Amino acid sequence: MDAIILQILNGLDKGSAYALIALGLTLIFGTLGVVNFAHGALFMIGAFCAVTLSRILTISHTIVDETQKDFLGNPLKVDVPYVYDWFGEATGNVIIDWAVPLSILFAIPVMILIGVIMERGLIKHFYKRPHADQILVTFGLAIVLQEVIKYFYGANPIPTPAPDAFRGSFDFGLMLGFDANQIIYPYWRLVYFAFAAVIIGAVFAFLQFTTFGMVVRAGMADRETVGLLGINIDKRFTIMFGLAAAVAGLAGVMYTPINSPNYHMGMDFLVLSFVVVVVGGMGSLPGAVLAGFLLGILESFASMGAVIDLLPGINQIIIYLVAIIILLTRPRGLMGRKGVMED
Amino acid sequence: MLGLSKKDLNLLFIVFVLTMCAPFILNPFPEGSAMAQFNAGYPDLMQRFVIFGIFAIGFNILFGLTGYLSFGHAAFLGVGSYSAVWMFKLLSMNVIPAIVLSVMVAGLFSVLIGYISLRRSGIYFSILTLAFAQMSFALAYSVLTPVTGGETGLQLALNDPRILDGAASSAGNIPVPGLFGLEMRDSTFLRLGDWVFTFNVGYYFSAVIMLLSFYLAIRIFRSPFGMMLRAIKSNQQRMNYTGLNPKPYTLAAFVISGMYAGLAGGLMAAMDPLAGAERMFWTASGEVVLMTILGGVGTLIGPVLGAGLIKYMENIISKINSEILHGWFAFMPDGIEDFMVAIVYPFIGKGWHLTLGIVFMLVVIFLPGGLVEGGQRIARMFRRKKTTQDNTPGTTEPAE
Amino acid sequence: MSKTTFTRRGMLKTGAVTGAGLALPTYLSAAGHEGFTNAPTGGTVTLGFNVPQTGPYADEGADELRAYELAVEHLNGEGDGGMMNTFSSKALQGNGILGKKVEYVTGDTQTKSDAARASAKSMIEKDGAVMITGGSSSGVAVAVQALCQEAGIIFMAGLTHSNDTTGKDKRANGFRHFFNSYMSGAALAPVLANAYGTERRAYHLTADYNWGYTTEEAVKSSTEAMGWETVAAVKTPLTQTDFSSYIAPVLQSGADTLVLNHYGGNMVNSLTNAVQFGLRDKQVEGKDFQIIVPLYSRLMAKGAGANVKGIFGSTNWHWSLQDEGSKTFVKSFGTKYGFPPSQAAHTCYVQALLYADAVERAGSFAPCAVVDALEGFEFDGMGNGPTLYRADDHQCFKDVLVVKGKENPTSEFDLLEIVEVTPVDQVTYQPDHPQFAGGALGSCNNGA
Repeated sequence: MDAIILQILNGLDKGSAYALIALGLTLIFGTLGVVNFAHGALFMIGAFCAVTLSRILTISHTIVDETQKDFLGNPLKVDVPYVYDWFGEATGNVIIDWAVPLSILFAIPVMILIGVIMERGLIKHFYKRPHADQILVTFGLAIVLQEVIKYFYGANPIPTPAPDAFRGSFDFGLMLGFDANQIIYPYWRLVYFAFAAVIIGAVFAFLQFTTFGMVVRAGMADRETVGLLGINIDKRFTIMFGLAAAVAGLAGVMYTPINSPNYHMGMDFLVLSFVVVVVGGMGSLPGAVLAGFLLGILESFASMGAVIDLLPGINQIIIYLVAIIILLTRPRGLMGRKGVMED
Repeated sequence: MLGLSKKDLNLLFIVFVLTMCAPFILNPFPEGSAMAQFNAGYPDLMQRFVIFGIFAIGFNILFGLTGYLSFGHAAFLGVGSYSAVWMFKLLSMNVIPAIVLSVMVAGLFSVLIGYISLRRSGIYFSILTLAFAQMSFALAYSVLTPVTGGETGLQLALNDPRILDGAASSAGNIPVPGLFGLEMRDSTFLRLGDWVFTFNVGYYFSAVIMLLSFYLAIRIFRSPFGMMLRAIKSNQQRMNYTGLNPKPYTLAAFVISGMYAGLAGGLMAAMDPLAGAERMFWTASGEVVLMTILGGVGTLIGPVLGAGLIKYMENIISKINSEILHGWFAFMPDGIEDFMVAIVYPFIGKGWHLTLGIVFMLVVIFLPGGLVEGGQRIARMFRRKKTTQDNTPGTTEPAE
Repeated sequence: MSKTTFTRRGMLKTGAVTGAGLALPTYLSAAGHEGFTNAPTGGTVTLGFNVPQTGPYADEGADELRAYELAVEHLNGEGDGGMMNTFSSKALQGNGILGKKVEYVTGDTQTKSDAARASAKSMIEKDGAVMITGGSSSGVAVAVQALCQEAGIIFMAGLTHSNDTTGKDKRANGFRHFFNSYMSGAALAPVLANAYGTERRAYHLTADYNWGYTTEEAVKSSTEAMGWETVAAVKTPLTQTDFSSYIAPVLQSGADTLVLNHYGGNMVNSLTNAVQFGLRDKQVEGKDFQIIVPLYSRLMAKGAGANVKGIFGSTNWHWSLQDEGSKTFVKSFGTKYGFPPSQAAHTCYVQALLYADAVERAGSFAPCAVVDALEGFEFDGMGNGPTLYRADDHQCFKDVLVVKGKENPTSEFDLLEIVEVTPVDQVTYQPDHPQFAGGALGSCNNGA
């Protein structure tokens, strides 16, 4: 029982990352009809926003410490961040410690800007082109983006820890009446789950309850008619692309303490997020979220020792197996609309 | 002749000449010159060109004609390689049985996957094929290690049975794949002044098979069957209404292209008897998609060109290092030399991915029809000028 | 299609050129006169450095390449000579190898066996490399080693830790200086027993591929010999990035020690996740929970950041070693690049020097002569103490370092501290040890 509760928690947590990425991907599919292979790269850039901010916060000047030696026996050079000088060491440390949450503020404008530039500069010209061309150009873009990041940050993962207050874990088991240490869960993962829930809720509310959202939804359903009504749907779609980029970016920012970011993390998620989107059903936002959580939870269950002993290798293939079963039983995924990307 | 129209015959003839003269065409720079870095006329890369050409031609029969985008074609290539290596291990180092088996196994495998995946269309089909390929990769890398060799790949060993021709060669080494005594790795060299041209048995063997595959592809493109497949692409519903069931046709196209992939996989193993699981990874499947789009979807020659370009970048650009760069720009004054090296450096060596990404974007932005369209444009330009010089790359004529 | 392409005139011209070409005297340059593949002609010899330049191990590959460039410098008599000064064999003169200036070509393995072989083949077929070295994973090492055996080229493995490289997949033309899974297990077990006692319950998470299997087996058997119990061993997919669902059940199992048989990105992520779950703050039946990483690398430790503090592991070499060889190497590497070398850089540098030295001593580049010179070769002064290249399996036998994540690092390179230098006797095994069973060296191959 405790093992199952634990894996459900894990699944929800994994699922929130999948759902956030799939949500952005579906927004772009649904509104613009573009297969965006660069979406994983946006997630990765989001993560590197966090890395960049913590680098900015720790920009330092060097002082030479004569009392210590470096590995060659020369006097040790010590880096002192400017924030120490400005706010004192204690406050400075707190600011550096909170780099990841602070990055949210930093990442939103950056990601929206990147999204808008991408849409205006490149994607816009591909609305009427075949999906194959869209795949090629966005894949090329994804490679370029990740190589640029690699050029500046190297290929090694970069540790980006959560603030001290969120390190460590929380004992759920005690709360539910189990023994100590039976169900423990890291604070930051709980934060991630809550954060994802808020973002997903906000996106849905935005589309559901604002006029802007209404127009976009109308545009998703029938772009031509909305255009005929004299509404500039293109401009709104640009904003939607920016929004999708921001969602992917925020998912990346908050993900950094869970796994140290590296330049190819986007590619690692890319295929998985496509599977999630398709299992959810093309063009369906609730479907994408549902599929994200469903696959996350199933993946977690498949990695339980007892399950692996029963079916060796199941943890390797579960996602794909589930995708095949769902697509064969439900032709358009869980909640897909008829005719979207079916030909 | 050969049941082809004049135009197709010309195309086939050009491809024939190009493949046969590849050792010359790909080695335009003399040995030892600074530009020799860009020579691609060595056996391994030439073999790769034609083998991936076969892979892409086959993929194009499915994608170019029916419009079904399979994202898991590398699985068939991988299965083909594994069967070929097993044939080398168990039966004989002769490449014929190995290749025959790899085509057959890939064919069977694609009947299975195709039958299931083709129940859906569009992106749902793509994801189904992707899922099958990823499962094959994951299992081959881990659980199936006894059969596939896992991470290290399936290799030959000295103590393999090799029923027909014994375990070890006379020198105590593992024998190499060959065709009735003709070893695949044997090469003859031709020296013309500073130029060295390599003629490799394995390359010519693969090239002949590639020509046969290309010929077969032309026949398929031009046959009533090919017409049926195009009908599926343009409007499947209408086809249904005329009382035709498209499914057998698509399945046939899927299996044919799966067998092409198996053939490519078998040939890869024949040139180099090792089969690794990463041949089945999704990036490998993605690569053939990119090759086809880059060259020109639905054209006969396009996929081959795309395959060539990608393999060229992978093998040539990645080998340029800063030392070589300094050599190139050595004639410049020191400051400018360093500056030039600093500018070019991010795009070569470990930055070859960046160059690849940029090329993808440039081609698709400026040449919507892929490389074939580029060729057409050049050809048109020349035609307008009414030049009769025969240096137009006529090979870039699309087949449609 | 432009019909002009194949005018009769054009055809005749082409035909004439081809004819002329064939009429010229041709000769088979399969190096028949020297009797081995790519026999160096003229005043230079070409070595092939095949390292990962893209993919997750790109930084490690970059460090390997730096080491090779340094080695080439030293071999050609530039720079301060590095470990050539401390190396026990004095055959190298600093005038290249056998008087020939050393040149090199580089390639990208992409950490994929196919790509690595393609790259190695182009070095052999196009650039005429007489030796291939480098790599950062066992899959690649085994694949390239087999290729070199076929082609008649010497392969000096870079970073490869799987038992198989000199076990079931060993080849006569291949040599490994790096240590292996068995040695890690044998070196770690006594230190662990010392630090954590002999009554521990270990939970293994193992990367689901060959290297993971051999490491799990090695650590398991040597810790069990010390009295530890293995509660469970769970395989994790190579492509896994989030290990939460594998880490979460660890505490429930009643285990008090977690062994992470992971390398590279897998190790960074699994260790980060394990620390996140607060495993290290827990107590199980009165014992502090512990984590062990059998194979450490400084670059990985950097990726995992503060999470490595106090965690035991083993490594082939570390820049803080105080013997003359290591100090000289760190100095020349550090002076050139501004930071200390990684263990990957060290093993690659040493391999390059060992090869050059073997050629000098053999007096020939012929692979079989080099194999003869390296087999059973004993040397010192290369940073690992007295070392033997065993003839039976072409594996180096030398001391193994047991290290621990440093509590108070003074710089971004100072992440590991040496706990113990396990003497070579303790990590030596019989060539027919069950963990290395199967496979045969075969005979050396000079190629064409």
